[in-house]
Amino acid sequence: MPLGYYPGCSGEGSGIEYKMSTEKTAEMLGIELQELEDWNCCGATSAHNTNKLLSLALPARNLAIAERMNLDSILAPCAACYSRHRATEVQAREDDEMRLKIQEIIDMEFKAKSRTISVLEWLVNDIGIEKIKEKVTKPLKGMKAACYYGCLLVRPEEYTGFDDNEDPQTMDQIVKATGAQAVDWAYKTECCGAALATSRPEIGAKMIYEVIQNARQAGAECIVTACPLCMLNLDMRQAGAGKQYSVNLDMPIYYVTELVALAGGYSNKEVGIPKHFVEAESYLESLPQKAAEIEAAEAAKQAKPGKKAAAASSGADEAQDEEANQKKIAAMKKGFEKNPDKMAARIIEDEERAKILAEIVAGDEKKISKLAELMVTDPEKAFKVADAFVTGELKKREK
Amino acid sequence: MKQNITLAPPSAEDKEFISRIEREADTSIRLCYQCGKCTAGCPVAFAMDSPPRQIIRYLQLGLVEEVMAADSIWICATCETCSARCPRGVDIASLMDACRREALAAGRITDKKVAVFNEAFLSGVKNFGRTYEAGLLLQHNLKTMQLLKDAELGLPMIKRGKVSILPETIKGRDQVKKIFQRIETMGRE
Repeated sequence: MPLGYYPGCSGEGSGIEYKMSTEKTAEMLGIELQELEDWNCCGATSAHNTNKLLSLALPARNLAIAERMNLDSILAPCAACYSRHRATEVQAREDDEMRLKIQEIIDMEFKAKSRTISVLEWLVNDIGIEKIKEKVTKPLKGMKAACYYGCLLVRPEEYTGFDDNEDPQTMDQIVKATGAQAVDWAYKTECCGAALATSRPEIGAKMIYEVIQNARQAGAECIVTACPLCMLNLDMRQAGAGKQYSVNLDMPIYYVTELVALAGGYSNKEVGIPKHFVEAESYLESLPQKAAEIEAAEAAKQAKPGKKAAAASSGADEAQDEEANQKKIAAMKKGFEKNPDKMAARIIEDEERAKILAEIVAGDEKKISKLAELMVTDPEKAFKVADAFVTGELKKREK
Repeated sequence: MKQNITLAPPSAEDKEFISRIEREADTSIRLCYQCGKCTAGCPVAFAMDSPPRQIIRYLQLGLVEEVMAADSIWICATCETCSARCPRGVDIASLMDACRREALAAGRITDKKVAVFNEAFLSGVKNFGRTYEAGLLLQHNLKTMQLLKDAELGLPMIKRGKVSILPETIKGRDQVKKIFQRIETMGRE
């Protein structure tokens, strides 16, 4: 059964990348999205600031259309659209008098039976993390992301309820499934200032600045969002917020759907990355280098207590270990090619002898392969062999 | 801040105001024991004249005028942190929302820009059925006399294909217009 789809007004304008990448994500996961016919604007904050009934009636017309189209679930990527439609569903379900009143106002049958879902609960609960992992062909290893949920995806809990409202995890799980690292940080559910950035720029700028700085302090190199207004503030208004504090914030911001689609093999252009205000392509380009560094570090860490680990592993794990070892060996080789000095120093403590070893192995593929393999399988032997290389070389030089 | 507040029993009108916003917000101000958790977590309390806890206290004391005159109700970003954290289950964000609507209806707006933005937003929805961002921003700038506001964002947005050339209109825009009209009639009844 196709999934109902409410792209929302920002999908044609400021949030165009969100629409593009959501549709690519659905395509990648084999989900057919069926757009609600002739949908209208949900009224967003302006409607519930003005008139409560209006704020329920506008989304109700869309929900009634979904009922006519026999759609049970409606995907609403925009956090505000999601929140307004959820508020309408919940309030009409809890209060039948209200439902009847709304029905009269929209002049359509309205049962309040449908279920509006956010991108996060769609990916985690309906699709499942394992399925996403299966589709990852270009992992985003090396990326350090701060998952930013903002307000309306987690609050109020009686409308959302799919995740914790203080320390939500769904976006973190999705980001980790793409191969990236999700950092722990304090501003996950803080407010970006929403429309204050327009009506009271100096207040909005402070809020944007603080979210970005907190992410950076936690070690993040980018921020991930699932809300077009958070994106607008953090991305489009980032330069302005930085200006207020005389700093260049330079923090790339991504939609969570952009990351999923990128990891699934779509190009930057297909998901809309070049449309960002804060340049976001070079960080993506730097990821393979970062990934190689991480792999080398991981391999080195595991190589040291290698013997114990080898002894502890049981027969059943052998095949898996073998595969892991091959990966580690490959990472070691890469390390030797890129930075022979550092790798040599890892095997031989004596600085001078390590330097000579680096000179010997530089460009000698055979020796590199041998040492890389031994460093993973038998570090002690690696030392012995390396030492023998150095002794031999010294003898040669004496002659 | 004012040093002296004269406390007197609230007038019948003020009492009616308070029970109306409680009904609208579906919550009770009497549950609040002034712990201040709402204000501690409020991301915009730093910019408010009376933070959320004080707004609730004014309401508890029947000081409606203080609430209506507060800039706070226009600064609140409706992030809902206060409601989520209140140990007594007071829905502070919905109270703020209800106060804002009361102030709007009474023409007591401390921040005209917010009201102008909302009006421009809703007139777009009423006429086209959808929101046309570019038109909305232009209208907002014209009405608030800030012609060059966000001008630095305009051209890059067009370059990036983030501005649709024309407003999207929907077939059912008459239905949407009727929704607005029916609600207006109900309000008058």
